Amino acid sequence: MRALRTVFLFTILLPTACFADENLSIAVASNFQATVKEIAVEFTQATGTPVRISAGSSGKLFAQIVNGAPYDVFLSADAARPKLLEESGVALKGSRVSYATGALVLWSADESLAGQDCLQALKTGSYRRLSIANPSTAPYGLAAKEFLLASGSFDAAQGRMVYGENISQALQFVVTGNATLGLIAMSQVKGGLPLKPTCSWNVPQAMHSVIDQQAVVLSASSKTDTARRFMKFLRSAPVEGILENHGYKVPE
Amino acid sequence: MDFGPLWLSAQLAFVTTLALIVLGAPLAWWLSQNHSRWQPVVQAIVAMPIVLPPTVLGFYLLILLGPHGAIGGWWVKLTGDALTFSFTGLVIASCIYSLPFAVQPMQNAFEALPGKNLEAAWTLGASKLDAFFSVAIPLSIRGFVSASVLAFAHTLGEFGVVLMVGGNIPGKTRVVSIAIYDHVETLNYASAHQLSLVLIVFAFVTLFGMFAINRRWQSR
Repeated sequence: MRALRTVFLFTILLPTACFADENLSIAVASNFQATVKEIAVEFTQATGTPVRISAGSSGKLFAQIVNGAPYDVFLSADAARPKLLEESGVALKGSRVSYATGALVLWSADESLAGQDCLQALKTGSYRRLSIANPSTAPYGLAAKEFLLASGSFDAAQGRMVYGENISQALQFVVTGNATLGLIAMSQVKGGLPLKPTCSWNVPQAMHSVIDQQAVVLSASSKTDTARRFMKFLRSAPVEGILENHGYKVPE
Repeated sequence: MDFGPLWLSAQLAFVTTLALIVLGAPLAWWLSQNHSRWQPVVQAIVAMPIVLPPTVLGFYLLILLGPHGAIGGWWVKLTGDALTFSFTGLVIASCIYSLPFAVQPMQNAFEALPGKNLEAAWTLGASKLDAFFSVAIPLSIRGFVSASVLAFAHTLGEFGVVLMVGGNIPGKTRVVSIAIYDHVETLNYASAHQLSLVLIVFAFVTLFGMFAINRRWQSR
């Protein structure tokens, strides 16, 4: 019985012990996961603080954070959710910063478009399916929709669009051959893709609203000083190089 | 409330259940009567969707049903369109996903059949097929009810597979579980609660109904 009680106590105390560790805990939108890993290595080298990264969609992480998930910093894929967290007091007031700006690429690996102009194919509607991230859930999806409207190719795309839950799934549909064309993230192209493109076109920033990725420090964090240091580090010179390597632009 | 996805899910679950009963009954019968060394192999394959994560099923279905896939490519030649992102594709995916939930109850019912009833039918000159339809099926009706309820309910609750092969197209592949997920993602929690409530009530009522019926049959 005594042994059982010890085990029981151990089981409930174990998680508490884990949370009391030295790690800075970061929740990050999936699209930025690879980039933040690299940034975290630099940060740990510079400060000695180890970093633990949890990736997910911004919406899911948001729901977890509102319900008490033990993160110190939240790197969202958009600006709306960090703003909501800041306004409701879940995130520290004044901690919100833009840490990266995303860019869109019109991309295809379909043989039918080999040697062709992606944009032309999009405009003339000579494709079977176009994959974009869901405009109502993903900032990249919203930007994609805005671009389709601005370029006058939205009407032709009606009925041929398929929606990924996020930009990763939008890419997955193109890479598996299920969509002819995709509006994907520059960071995905830079990150290395399993297929060579048959055509690819960088969407000019002016054709959609800014894909502004923002971060906040969470109020429940017990390490707000370290968290603030990390936020400052995000806007430092070494990080700018990492951002550009990964296909992000440094926010103004 | 957003009835479109609910209606779509109900349609998908209905068509899937129908297909699974029609195709699953002969399979369940074969599993119940066969004693070869292949029986456990087929049995294991049928049960695999219970164990495999929906992401595994969804990932391979995305490749298989896509325009370059073995099934999808053939379907493109036949109809001009791929199976992914279509209702037909969702039905195929759901049939695989819910297969064990339909086959196992029917198989259990067939296995519980008293052998003498079938033998009597055969002695009286009924063909094997005849005996199956006029003796085995009527006596196994409980298994068919369980299979239908479980296949229907399980398809209604399907998420991961549809997320992978559906493409979230309103009216075509945005089923209720995807709609709820979207509502949560867009912080539209009120709509998420409403749709979830419908599912919770439905799940309880159908399962309660099934267990209640089973109990009455048992006590008879």
